[in-house]
Amino acid sequence: MEIRNGETHILFGPNGSGKTSLMMTIMGFSGYKITHGKITFKGEDITYKPLNERARMGVGVLIQRPPTIRGLKTRTMVNICARNRELNVDELAEQLRCTEFLDRDINHHFSGGEIKRSELMQLTAQQPDLVLLDEPESGVDLENIALVGDAINTLLHRGTKFPKGKRHRDMGLNGQKSALVITHTGHILDYITTDKGQVLYDGVMCCSKNAGEILRWIREYGYQECIRCSN
Amino acid sequence: MFKLEEIKDVNLEDFQSDVEDHDYIEDLSRIESHDARKFINVGVDTAETGRAGTFIQKDKSVVHCRSCQAGVEMMSITKAEQKYDWLKDYSWKSVSPNTDKFTSQAKNKTHNGYFIRVLPGVKVDQPLQSCLYIAKDRFSQNIHNIVIAEEGSELHIINGCATSPHIASGLHVGVSEFYIKKGAKLTFTMIHDWGENVYVRPRTVTHVEEGGVLISNYISLKPVGSLQMFPTTYLDGEGAVARFNSILVASKGSYLDVGSRIILNAPGTRAEIISRGITYGGTIIARGDLVGKVAGIKAHLECKGLILNNGLMKAIPELSGFVPGVEMSHEAAVGKIDQREIEYLMARGLDEEEAISTIVRGFLNVNIEGLPPGLQEKLDKTISETQKDMM
Repeated sequence: MEIRNGETHILFGPNGSGKTSLMMTIMGFSGYKITHGKITFKGEDITYKPLNERARMGVGVLIQRPPTIRGLKTRTMVNICARNRELNVDELAEQLRCTEFLDRDINHHFSGGEIKRSELMQLTAQQPDLVLLDEPESGVDLENIALVGDAINTLLHRGTKFPKGKRHRDMGLNGQKSALVITHTGHILDYITTDKGQVLYDGVMCCSKNAGEILRWIREYGYQECIRCSN
Repeated sequence: MFKLEEIKDVNLEDFQSDVEDHDYIEDLSRIESHDARKFINVGVDTAETGRAGTFIQKDKSVVHCRSCQAGVEMMSITKAEQKYDWLKDYSWKSVSPNTDKFTSQAKNKTHNGYFIRVLPGVKVDQPLQSCLYIAKDRFSQNIHNIVIAEEGSELHIINGCATSPHIASGLHVGVSEFYIKKGAKLTFTMIHDWGENVYVRPRTVTHVEEGGVLISNYISLKPVGSLQMFPTTYLDGEGAVARFNSILVASKGSYLDVGSRIILNAPGTRAEIISRGITYGGTIIARGDLVGKVAGIKAHLECKGLILNNGLMKAIPELSGFVPGVEMSHEAAVGKIDQREIEYLMARGLDEEEAISTIVRGFLNVNIEGLPPGLQEKLDKTISETQKDMM
């Protein structure tokens, strides 16, 4: 799998095919063992680099079910993500409808939608160059899905919400970001700009095509067709 | 593996109850600097900034006592007993001298203690501070305190207990009787900073009347020989509320057996006990006992412990319901820091050590109501310093 600078890839695959495992492995979480192959980021082999070093190099992740950390306020977490970057946390929270839980313990009794918004707020503060998003739309109600989509686009410098006076062709001039997005339902594709889709089946990448097209085929024929196709 | 041992018995004969008096100090800036530093550590500000009054007892002598707000009475218990004949209706009425050898010593060889009373309807905005300090080696400080919050009053007491850095050993026995009348609210924040060979046996009983509120915060972050306390609170009036928060850190050789019992005697009463303990080489027995006697009460207990490196943590949550219609629950967890939490923070760029210390800080960050800002900062700093020893 190769994700070029500025590209957004969608990762499809049935339950248990290894999508989340792949993402966690790229980020460097424990519990995943690389038996062969390697991970290269910004020209550097990061296969055995510790998690936090990957984060510092610019890999960021939206976790599906992040743990609660008692006593750690969401606001503090956002500041941790921002490191030394200047950031108006209240303003960012306002934009992402996070104000209400900004001073609550991170992820404590958060709803599905709040978790996604909080994770995106953290990533926006962190500004990674490769953004890994594990089902950004799951648990998000219809009202908020557009907001989540906008937040992702803005984060990837691909949205329609850009500073006044700028033209469409100026977008991304300051360096685009790459992304790998896992989706089950494909709903998020209605809201974010994508470049490519890939299908992971049984631990093997078996397709690489236009994301929207893959989604239509899966909707029409299910993953059975992907299986048939890969054999 | 760490061994669970019984708390070592304290031999009263090892400690002396008679020492020389200390002079009264009108101007607190004249307090010796090593003492003042100790006072500050336990929340007692010698500049008295943002405090409504101060009571300081060194060994057996009250060295400073001043209340700067109308409607607040603060004096030594000895004085109060001389002044108010009615005090006999409160004194030793909640705690029996025969409870154990410590209460009996506190009764027979009392070295003062404080009497604090807020008059009806008086709401004291700033906290009162009291400090019980042991400066004499091998001294047994036997204290008797009474606090009365009259009807509709409000009061926050910051009670700091500490020992001089120069003593090798000491014993603190403190009997406290608190009375919270109808609609009154008492916040009581106790911060302890003892020594490695100091033994501490507080004995506290509180009665709360209708609509009264007790918020009790207990913080012990520094080494202590052994500490054993199990304050009991009776919620006697309808709608009375009690909340206990404790933050305990047990370093190598420290033994903390700490808990509280709340007896819910009236309908609509509510109780909550939250305790957080970290042991790194010491023993923590975290107890909590909620007793529901009538229908329509609500009580919850939360007890969490972390074992870093080595140490022992035993959580003993107890719930007793005597009738149908009580709503009681508890949640207890003992273990290590969740790896998922560490990695979550590492994915945001922290290294492992920073991640652990962030989690520990959060773990100890129980929301303590009404702490003056300076004291909150001081505690945060102490927690950070303690963390260095833990790692």
